[in-house]
Amino acid sequence: MLEYIIRRLLWVIVLLFLVSLVTFIVFYAFPSADPALLRAGRQPNPQLVEQIRHELGLDKPWYVQYFHYMKALVLHFDLGRSYQNNIEVKTQIFDRVGPTASLAIGAAVLWLAAGISIGILSAVKRRTVIDRIAMGGALVGISAPVYWLGLVALYLFANDIGKLHVFPGAGSYTPLADDPTKWFTSLILPWTVLAASFAAFYARLLRANLIETLSEDYIRTARAKGLSERRVVLRHGVRSAITPVVTAAGLDIGILLGGAILVETVFNIPGIGRLAYDSIQNSDLPMIQGTVLLGAFFIIFLNLVVDVLYAFIDPRVRYA
Amino acid sequence: MTDVAETLLEVEDLRVQFGSVDGPVKAVDGVSYSVERGQALGIVGESGSGKSVLNLTLMGLTRFQGARVSGRARFEGRDLLTASDQELRRIRGDDIAMVFQDPLSSLHPFYRVGRQIAEAIQAHRDVSRDAALLRTVELLELVEIPSALERASMYPHEFSGGMRQRAMIAMALANEPKLLIADEPTTALDVTVQAQILELIRRLQGELGMAVVIVTHDLGVIAETVEEVAVMYAGRIVERASTETIFSAPEHPYTWGLLRSIPRLDLPRDVPLVPIPGRPPSLVAPPLGCHFHPRCPYVRDAHRRNDPALEHVPGDPGHEVACLLPAETRRRLWAQLRAGKEPAEARAAVGMGGASA
Repeated sequence: MLEYIIRRLLWVIVLLFLVSLVTFIVFYAFPSADPALLRAGRQPNPQLVEQIRHELGLDKPWYVQYFHYMKALVLHFDLGRSYQNNIEVKTQIFDRVGPTASLAIGAAVLWLAAGISIGILSAVKRRTVIDRIAMGGALVGISAPVYWLGLVALYLFANDIGKLHVFPGAGSYTPLADDPTKWFTSLILPWTVLAASFAAFYARLLRANLIETLSEDYIRTARAKGLSERRVVLRHGVRSAITPVVTAAGLDIGILLGGAILVETVFNIPGIGRLAYDSIQNSDLPMIQGTVLLGAFFIIFLNLVVDVLYAFIDPRVRYA
Repeated sequence: MTDVAETLLEVEDLRVQFGSVDGPVKAVDGVSYSVERGQALGIVGESGSGKSVLNLTLMGLTRFQGARVSGRARFEGRDLLTASDQELRRIRGDDIAMVFQDPLSSLHPFYRVGRQIAEAIQAHRDVSRDAALLRTVELLELVEIPSALERASMYPHEFSGGMRQRAMIAMALANEPKLLIADEPTTALDVTVQAQILELIRRLQGELGMAVVIVTHDLGVIAETVEEVAVMYAGRIVERASTETIFSAPEHPYTWGLLRSIPRLDLPRDVPLVPIPGRPPSLVAPPLGCHFHPRCPYVRDAHRRNDPALEHVPGDPGHEVACLLPAETRRRLWAQLRAGKEPAEARAAVGMGGASA
């Protein structure tokens, strides 16, 4: 098992190398604004632009630039500086991880709690009114685009522009370290909006799986033993049916940690997603690289976590 | 009247219906029988004869599938069919335990075997986890699983098929049930393992003094395991007798067919095995008259209209059969078949004429 994990971790490094290379190539292969020109300001003279180009190393071939970039990254864990404002990419990303992680993890807790309990309830109360209401709601949750849902939530509940002044609205994000209460209240709307579609998807996923599991022979055995129905469903049914939910949760959280662009934009939260979006607008290659690598790392790493978790969930899974 | 103290389970006119797209399925259609304390009963029938549904219904396990049930099933005086879910839960796995057909899919793949058995104990007894596990090891030893202590901490997929079925039996015995229902307990196993499992069930029945109901499609399985046999066809019992009588003097043409379709060592080797022609009838719209008539080689016109009741065979109070043929004709037909004659020859020999009159 340990050997397997070490091997997988080595693969993480290989994959990140490939991801960075592809990002570099894509940046140069496709037309984008000239970073030097953007940095030079409103009325740049050609001389200044040339000078900036040289300072940033943009006058060298892309593979030389890539080599320098990787050298700094591997030897000094240096992600370079922004073309745009010369801030260190590492510093900038560290500043932005907090809001994104707060958003993603909080939403994940919310959608897992809601999705799992609704899924179980729906499967157990299959074909009843409860099931139909829950699945109808899930359909709405899956169908509603997150930016639309976000705007509706602000329109209804934001304490500045909302019909009902209940929760802090867009742009109210406060870091946890500054004020835990404000941090929490400012994230209530973003969490709910982000969690809605995931909760709906997870409820449907678990419901379908649990219904299938509950017709298994070993569930009949559990009932024949005289276990309470509650124990049959939770200990024997959900235990098996939860497996695909774990997979989905791992991947979804991995993706969201790399930035939840839409929700971050709607609620004006200074997270990784916004940073990535802005740096693409500005042709800010080092910043793009930084955010892409971070996102890729979370996705690959959580994939590994999911695979390892599998071995704990299902004793038949063995890695060598 | 049977002695109340001796009768453990008394089923009366049990009917079970399921809804289906084609209409209601009469899976069990008026079944009555009783099981005495410590007795071993075999229920034999083809797939789809309702024998599994019958027993799952007694355990309340068809309730989860929306079955419509009527009749009575008294277990020690309590009616299982009208018992609340809570009462039934207390009986399941305690007074009545069940062993199922496929021992791999019947054990939870994610839990250790010992844990699953201990869970059955803790569902009914207020004992500590350690005490339950200790008892589990005893149970595994009782069902002859070697190095029981180590085996208890293994997962089902690390067990062989026979071992898994032994573990299932150990689980069923966890609370010393008064009645053990084994539904096709050997069907999924190798032939040599089948014999071991049957031997084990027989031994445990004797040692623990529990009643056993073995449900099977295979007369060979029950020949040496049970004292009494009920033959089921299309949701009904068509013949019931002591095991010895079923093999030596069966009365129902369906039972004859079952007997002729199993290999026997006491018959000449050139006697071919004969399948019963046709297929089990639809339980949505069963044939009119005797349900077996479309497949019966001895069918008379009246049999297509009249539905036979289960009646005592003259001269043997322990033998019941639901057949419209006169008892005398049945005996002569069986004598012919026993001598190795084909149904057509037997018919001619007893003067029944050619193809169905």
